[in-house]
Amino acid sequence: MEDNVILTMRGICMTFPGVKALDHVDFTLRKGEIMALMGENGAGKSTLIKCLTGVNKYEAGEIHLEGIKGAIVNKDTLDAQKKGISTVYQEVNLCPNLSVAENLFIGREPMTKFHTVDRRAMNKRAEELMKSLNLPVDVRRKLEDYSIALQEMVAIARAVDMDSKVLILDEPTSSLDDQEVEKLFTMMRALKKKGVGIIFVTHFLEQVYEVCDSITVLRNGRLVGSYPVAELPRVRLVAAMLGKDFDDLAAIKTDSTEDKSKAPVYLEAKGLSHTGTIKPFDLTIHKGEVIGLTGLLGSGRSEMARVIYGADRASTGSISINGKPSKIKAPIDSMMLGMGMLPDDRKVEGIIGDLSVRENICLAIQAKAGIFKKIPMQKQIEIADKYIKLLEIKTASRETLVKQLSGGNQQKVILARWLATNCDFLILDEPTRGIDIGTKTEIQKLVIQLAKEGKSLIFISSEIEEMLRTCNRMVVLRDGAKVGEIEGRDMNQMSVMDAIAGGAEK
Amino acid sequence: MNKKRSVNVLLLITILLFVVMYMAGIVIYGSKGFTHFQTFLNILINNAGLICVTCGMTCVMLTGGIDISVGSLVAMDCMIIAVGVTRWMWPAWALILFILAVGVLFGLVQGFCIAYLEIQPFIITMAGMFFARGMTAVLDVHQISVTDETFTKLSSLKITLPFGGYTNPKGMYVAPFIRISVIIALIVVLLTGFMLRKTRFGRSLYAVGGNQVSATLMGLDVKKTQLRAYMLSSVLTSIGGFCYVLNTMCGTTTQAVGMEMSAISSAVIGGTLLTGGVGTIIGSVFGVLINGTISSLVKFNGHLLASWANIVTAFLLMLFIVLQAVFAKIREMQKK
Repeated sequence: MEDNVILTMRGICMTFPGVKALDHVDFTLRKGEIMALMGENGAGKSTLIKCLTGVNKYEAGEIHLEGIKGAIVNKDTLDAQKKGISTVYQEVNLCPNLSVAENLFIGREPMTKFHTVDRRAMNKRAEELMKSLNLPVDVRRKLEDYSIALQEMVAIARAVDMDSKVLILDEPTSSLDDQEVEKLFTMMRALKKKGVGIIFVTHFLEQVYEVCDSITVLRNGRLVGSYPVAELPRVRLVAAMLGKDFDDLAAIKTDSTEDKSKAPVYLEAKGLSHTGTIKPFDLTIHKGEVIGLTGLLGSGRSEMARVIYGADRASTGSISINGKPSKIKAPIDSMMLGMGMLPDDRKVEGIIGDLSVRENICLAIQAKAGIFKKIPMQKQIEIADKYIKLLEIKTASRETLVKQLSGGNQQKVILARWLATNCDFLILDEPTRGIDIGTKTEIQKLVIQLAKEGKSLIFISSEIEEMLRTCNRMVVLRDGAKVGEIEGRDMNQMSVMDAIAGGAEK
Repeated sequence: MNKKRSVNVLLLITILLFVVMYMAGIVIYGSKGFTHFQTFLNILINNAGLICVTCGMTCVMLTGGIDISVGSLVAMDCMIIAVGVTRWMWPAWALILFILAVGVLFGLVQGFCIAYLEIQPFIITMAGMFFARGMTAVLDVHQISVTDETFTKLSSLKITLPFGGYTNPKGMYVAPFIRISVIIALIVVLLTGFMLRKTRFGRSLYAVGGNQVSATLMGLDVKKTQLRAYMLSSVLTSIGGFCYVLNTMCGTTTQAVGMEMSAISSAVIGGTLLTGGVGTIIGSVFGVLINGTISSLVKFNGHLLASWANIVTAFLLMLFIVLQAVFAKIREMQKK
């Protein structure tokens, strides 16, 4: 073995029904190296990691780990963990009903001499760990008392504390805000110094260039290559991931900055609020306008969208649509008024895994038509095929169960569902989160296309650049209140950042 | 201090409810002797078996499962002992070991099907319920008395307490007493309570109930934990069956009918969530005591149909499930 190499995977192959998920993939990780694992949806990143951690059984190839003679086979995650491979997953995988300390130490609790769990020692060690990572957490409290972001940090702390040789971070940043991401990076750099090899799976290019040493790119289950960061500029990385000429992102901004304030008003909200989540706000949306809601995590962007859509029932205020006062008590009301919403928590609120792609796409139009007016099969097939093609949904067939699709493709299916309803007003809450750059661009283009057709949209994203590209106007939120709007020429990274930060504390 | 706020509030309400009901009994039926300490002890004696069974049920429910075979298993245990002493002529100790072994085997089969074959616990334990009830009848369809000397001795053994007695109208001091079954139940309560709080297995039960996927990913052996939970339930049920037979001293096919439901309702009233991950032994014990107090109150009244106890239990179940939902909502709102 080469010097300093702690992990090598050679010729890993894996097949899912109908799909070659991994095709002779090689992977090498050195001591103290932060390796980005990049690729589009369905490129095989998750599958490769699951092979490494023993969740998936690969068909061919072998894995070598420093200090262990011969090829290793991990029976399960516990086995992998024992060998020094720890993983933090995209979704927080902890037990919300247990205390923070227990979540940190479960399965390896300090024991007293009577072979019982030594809570005092456990809490003390947990406290020390939290302190060393600068996390403001009372380890005795239940995990569910804390925000998702903090829960994720606890999950990482757990992995950190297990003296891992290899730490896998599977999109850990998708639910963290900038400050928390920075904290995570500090943590990663400290671990790197200790000689831990880190595999970092993410979709954020900026983060890759900020923290990683090298990049491994996968495409369609094959290895494209491994490069030191310095040798792979962004454009080439994106090109490597997409495997085609990169459609310059900047080009999609055509005339979307045009002033839509002269266009007829579509929706007007006055003093709308939902107690506990969003303070009263006014909002006017014109026809053919794309409004961006921006702010830090927890600033009330999603909540504002939810109260407009009726997902949270408004405590105060009124909404008028096309000049007519409207009562929206529940999502079915807003659907009937021609509104649609793509929620941010798609796993929970959107996808129905056991239905086919076609059924999932036709769900909203069917609900709108009422359960007694079944949409003819021929029409369903037509609609499904249209959107599978339009959004390039990667699926074996239109009758494939949605749960068999990759995350990004599931997202597209829900998007298709709302597009199929042909609604006048669409709320897209983080439509591009966790999906690859190619699809991101597609979705951004689609948003602009829809606006051109005279539809109004609310677009929520954590990436300001993306919003600048697609939105006509941006609404800034802070601490559950609307604090301002930015329009037209004034819209740029600086102005938006300033508005979000509010000049208060830096 | 507020590390387990939600559970503690529910537990507090459970305990408060028990105290209120008991006080009500003292006020209304005080003259009939409800004030005597023995009334409380009788609740314990009558429900010793149920307490053991509920402890097992709580462990299973913590993992998010359910075990509805327990009532029938108690009946089968009683019948095994009855037939064992009268027909097989086995000694008492052998029979006790035998029903414990039956419990282990029963739990092993059920737990294996649930954990490793991933079959719905409701269906599997329903099969177990029918099997045990059927086997009870196969052993004998008639009511058979337990005539063995050891069992008679154990059953009639009074353990008098040095306090809490009263002087009856004839001027004689009546000392309060408990039976051996109460001691067994108390030991079971202490051991399971300790196990849940202090041992790795106990904490694993909570973890599995909290989030099965997470528990797996954190390296816990979820399947083994589930298997053990069902084995524990069946073994504690067999212990409960032993306590039960000491009270009834007979085996019959209609014994302990609906006991599984009493155990589940006691656990729920005691704050155990059906979805798993939340619950305590002490809560479950108070759940049993509340159920026991209701029956006792109905008995003291003398005119009411025994079915009124069911109706009160029904309302309590409703109350507690609604309360749990309300607390979950409050917690969610606080977080935002």
